[in-house]
Amino acid sequence: MNNWNGVRGLLLIVRRSLHQHALATLITAFSIALGSGLVMAVFAIKTQSYQAFTGGEAGFDAVLGARGSQLQLVLNTVFHLETSPGNIPWAMYIQIKQDPRVALAIPYAVGDNYQGFRIVGTTAQIFTEFEYSRGRKLSVEQGGRFFTDGSREAVIGSYVAQATGLKAGSSFNPYHGLIYDERQRHRDQYTIVGVMEATNSPSDRVIWIPIEGVYRMSGHLLRGSGEAFKAQEGEAIPDESKEVSAVMLKLRDPQAGFSLDQQINKQGKVATLAWPIGRVMAELFDKLGWMNRVLELVAYLVIAVAAGSILASVYNTINERRREFAILRALGARRATVFAVIVTEAAVIALIGALAGYAVYAVILAAVKVIVKAQTGVVLNVWQMDAMLWLTPLVMVAVGALAGLLPAFKAYRTDVAEHLAPTS
Amino acid sequence: MSVLEITNLKKSYVAPDGERGLVIDVPRFALNGGEQVALEGSSGSGKTTLLHLIAGILTPDSGRVVIAGEEMTALGEAGRDRLRALAIGYVFQTFNLLQGYTALENVMLGQMFSSGADVKRARELLVRVGLKDRLHYRPRQLSVGQQQRVAVARALANQPHLVLADEPTGNLDQRHASEALALIREVCLEQGTALLLVSHDAEVLTQFERIARLGEINRAASPDEEPLSLSTPARGRAH
Repeated sequence: MNNWNGVRGLLLIVRRSLHQHALATLITAFSIALGSGLVMAVFAIKTQSYQAFTGGEAGFDAVLGARGSQLQLVLNTVFHLETSPGNIPWAMYIQIKQDPRVALAIPYAVGDNYQGFRIVGTTAQIFTEFEYSRGRKLSVEQGGRFFTDGSREAVIGSYVAQATGLKAGSSFNPYHGLIYDERQRHRDQYTIVGVMEATNSPSDRVIWIPIEGVYRMSGHLLRGSGEAFKAQEGEAIPDESKEVSAVMLKLRDPQAGFSLDQQINKQGKVATLAWPIGRVMAELFDKLGWMNRVLELVAYLVIAVAAGSILASVYNTINERRREFAILRALGARRATVFAVIVTEAAVIALIGALAGYAVYAVILAAVKVIVKAQTGVVLNVWQMDAMLWLTPLVMVAVGALAGLLPAFKAYRTDVAEHLAPTS
Repeated sequence: MSVLEITNLKKSYVAPDGERGLVIDVPRFALNGGEQVALEGSSGSGKTTLLHLIAGILTPDSGRVVIAGEEMTALGEAGRDRLRALAIGYVFQTFNLLQGYTALENVMLGQMFSSGADVKRARELLVRVGLKDRLHYRPRQLSVGQQQRVAVARALANQPHLVLADEPTGNLDQRHASEALALIREVCLEQGTALLLVSHDAEVLTQFERIARLGEINRAASPDEEPLSLSTPARGRAH
């Protein structure tokens, strides 16, 4: 028989067999779909998380903060997670701002929240000069505007608006601390003047207010000079009393990073420069490398279990199908054809499962996307192309075909004369 | 021209008690193109074994089987499969239709391992055997008589030189048996296909002009009798 007819014949036999064992086929394919979807999801989440947290989309090159952990500094200021390692004096902000190696320096002062969303005190430069991604600045939705420095105005991230129901024109009272505690309500009332367009970055989870507002917040004491200072209404705050949690830096060139790193981290003792931000975050992922290996191991086990389920499913049908194989052989089918039928059948079950695995993958990613966005503001792209998205189904089909070898060999050995009609 | 030539064909089996017993010993047997011969044999006389040897499903201990000029017994397993697919059609007592396939697909299976599926011919054959309205029925949706018709169509689907029919009416009542037998003979005649039909049913045997007794051609079944040759046409019972 020619090749094309051979393939058509083989596919007809495979199709009929799968149809005859539809329930077993569906159950097995479903288990493959779960495995395939899980494997793709594990690798996609791992890759995308790594890219999102280390990919330089932070918009800043470095962060200057109190002496301590660079990772804590980055998590606190770029991703708005973790607590602040402490404050640095205002003078240090002025000094780094005037450093010729620095293109942009924006101060952050944190310490309050509203319903768990961080309130970051900063300057209007965050809107006018900062680019969170190349060529893209923060912008407010139509009808809104940025706050005015020194006012009691706020601009909220898109996710904050969505989660709290606040909108332009709404008022709110900040709560002290980074964790929401209704007993810690400040007396100060802020008016929202703008809701930011979604950036799909941690900024979406932030409430921005003028840095002066943080200094003047009821109950806040400033210790920039070493002595506690309470800002009074209508009274200027001396620079030496002011503090900032961190200074976000955009450097003129990479060389500037090297020299600042040398100056602040290696020779200095009062501050920490987290630079480059991507490397700092990559170190976090390196520390969590063991977890990735565990997840990969689980994924490989899932593939092994899926292969086992195909093997068991197909193998169990062989005995009841021996007569079918004998008839096919009596009609001229070669042993190799019978062998190929079973291997193809196993591969097709795996293929059906692997294709359905995309649905499982999409569901898992969609769920994880919501969780990650809610927790970090980072948005995962469900359909971002990743080698695992085509490699996993291929591996599944190959593993399925391999799992079909044992039952195929059993079918291959079917004795035609023995399994045909009763002899006379 | 002979479509089937058997020479000194022997086959033995090892019995459960360990003793080797000769079940087939056919010195000579031949069948010409288009010829129709009934092979009479009682239960256990080796009818099915002989057909399996002719079809290359079993291999003999010794001897030759030549199908349409090609020596089946000289071929390896893949070669025997190919020759069986190309030159032989098989009708079984229990029909051996595949249950998950439609009548049309069952007939197409008879073509798939030779020239490839030919839906037009498969359909024509089913129309010829009177199943025009049952093309897409599955075996369990057909009567036993209809199932046997599908089996006949399948046996002829690959345009074989030789059809081997193993008790094809054994599972049918008398009326259906007569119809099925007439159909097999008619269709083989139309297609110019030789027919070797095995049966122990006297009703069936009387329909044939040429009948060979298995006990006579098979010395293992009847060692004292002179072996039978059907290489030349004979009238009535062939000797």
